[in-house]
Amino acid sequence: MGEGLTKAAARNIFYGGSLFFFLLFAALTVHSHWYIVNVSTDREGFTESVKLGKEVWEEHSCINCHTILGEGGYFAPELGNVWTRFGGRENPEGARAALAGWMRAMPTRSPGRRQMPYFDINDEEMDALIDFLEWTDRIDTQGWPPHPSG
Amino acid sequence: MKYETQKVALPFFAVAMALFALQIVFGILAATVYVVPEFLAEAMPFHIMRMSHTNLLLVWLLIAFMGCTYYLLPEETETDIHSPMIAYVQLGIFAFAGAAALIGYQFEIHGGRHYLEQPLWVKILITVSFLMFLYNTSLTLLKGRKTAISMVLMLGLWLAAIFWLFAFYNPANLALDKLYWWWIVHIWVEGVWELIMASLLGYLLIKMTGVDREIIEKWLYVIVGLALFSGLLGTGHHYYWIGTPAYWQPIGSIFSTLEVVPFFAMLVFAFYMFWKGSRNHPNKAAMLWTLGCAAMAFFGAGVWGFMHTLSWINFYSHGTQVTAAHGHLAFYGAYVMLVLGVITYAMPQMRRVQPYNQILNMWAFWVMTSAMAFMTFTLTFAGVVQTHLQRVLGMRFMEIQAQLDVFYAMRLGAGVAMAIGVVLFLYAIFGPAREQVPATANVAADAD
Repeated sequence: MGEGLTKAAARNIFYGGSLFFFLLFAALTVHSHWYIVNVSTDREGFTESVKLGKEVWEEHSCINCHTILGEGGYFAPELGNVWTRFGGRENPEGARAALAGWMRAMPTRSPGRRQMPYFDINDEEMDALIDFLEWTDRIDTQGWPPHPSG
Repeated sequence: MKYETQKVALPFFAVAMALFALQIVFGILAATVYVVPEFLAEAMPFHIMRMSHTNLLLVWLLIAFMGCTYYLLPEETETDIHSPMIAYVQLGIFAFAGAAALIGYQFEIHGGRHYLEQPLWVKILITVSFLMFLYNTSLTLLKGRKTAISMVLMLGLWLAAIFWLFAFYNPANLALDKLYWWWIVHIWVEGVWELIMASLLGYLLIKMTGVDREIIEKWLYVIVGLALFSGLLGTGHHYYWIGTPAYWQPIGSIFSTLEVVPFFAMLVFAFYMFWKGSRNHPNKAAMLWTLGCAAMAFFGAGVWGFMHTLSWINFYSHGTQVTAAHGHLAFYGAYVMLVLGVITYAMPQMRRVQPYNQILNMWAFWVMTSAMAFMTFTLTFAGVVQTHLQRVLGMRFMEIQAQLDVFYAMRLGAGVAMAIGVVLFLYAIFGPAREQVPATANVAADAD
């Protein structure tokens, strides 16, 4: 460590620099917040049902097995684009029925396959959960994931 | 041990180590499910095991940080802890909250943001306990000598508490939720916890190498400066694909690459001070953990983090087993080894004996560290294969996972080895003390 740098100088650089970078980070976060609300997520489609759907998603802690936008448990498939993967962009009604049917058919009990538990989700919650997944699928994620496979 | 109230640390260490052991149990259960998918599928589904595993890690690390602080503070400030009673009460509250959360999880009582699954009232209890801890330690600091080590440590703890408050903010907009979730998770482990880490390393190095405090503390400020200069904007590497603006790709790539620098600095720091130091401290095991921590943190947090941090690489690797590999080695290297080092250093003094069971302790070091390194390799290979099949070729997730069985089986083996290491460590620390001081040691344990 250079003799030129005193401990007091090192301390001042630490406090001053950290404050500078924190303020920069905070300012960019404020802008990102604005960008998310107004640009990258569907503001009009952000219905009460989508919000309820996120609560259902959290109630069953889906994220501890699945990932959503790449974050979560890595144990089960990515769900940020599950709406696309189930063909929801072409056939919304079909995708909705398929997703609900899939979840209700759990656990598959097929030997050697990871088992998703059966979750007690009523019709309103199921609709909301699927609305949430559909809304999430529309988030502008800079082109991620590279393939529909998630 | 010069101050009677340093003993406050002992129950913190004991509780932390019990929860550490429990964390490994849940880890092995979850790793078993990867190999035998039907294992406990109905009794304890995977998501419950995983949240138990990750929550136990966070809770025991926080309790251990508190213990380290209570141990270090009297020596640094040259005054006794303000109130041992507050310390015991806040430990009781924290341990109760953690245990309640853990038991609740087994009955599916939990939230749904990972790592923050604790029910609201548990979060409130954790906050109360943390504030009592900060009150107690800050008053101690205020009435005593204010060294750089104690100042940086307390700053890290205060900031950890402040950023924790984001746990109470859960926007309904998923992208916003993620934006602020990282204000806790990233800012903790790749930001303010590094302040805690660097100051505890600095403390251990002063005590065990005998290098002049002025030199150590100057390094300390440089390291924590590098950590926050890179780490704050380095949060950008989590903001690539979650609905955040595109400018995070260059910002996140550049600054998170720079996050390697403070870890490299800590590596150089630890080994340079060890080499430069004149003192031949008898606690060889603690020195081994100290150097090992700096080394494994550099590989786990630094190298393994850098491996997938550039946005154009992360585009393919994001959310695969590569992340799991990095997470395991980074937490183990940076924080677990650090705490085990402080415990190894402090326990002989609290038990008022010469450093004991050192050979067993060093066995534990090598078993645990090799196990975690091996686990990291298996998950890295699994992650690379997964990345190629899923993100380049576009194969389906479940189809790919079936091809990764061999890696998951080896990971389970590594987990079992880790458990053996933990048992050895716990026995070395809490078991009957057999004095083992190398003949070459020239300084008595209490000489510092």
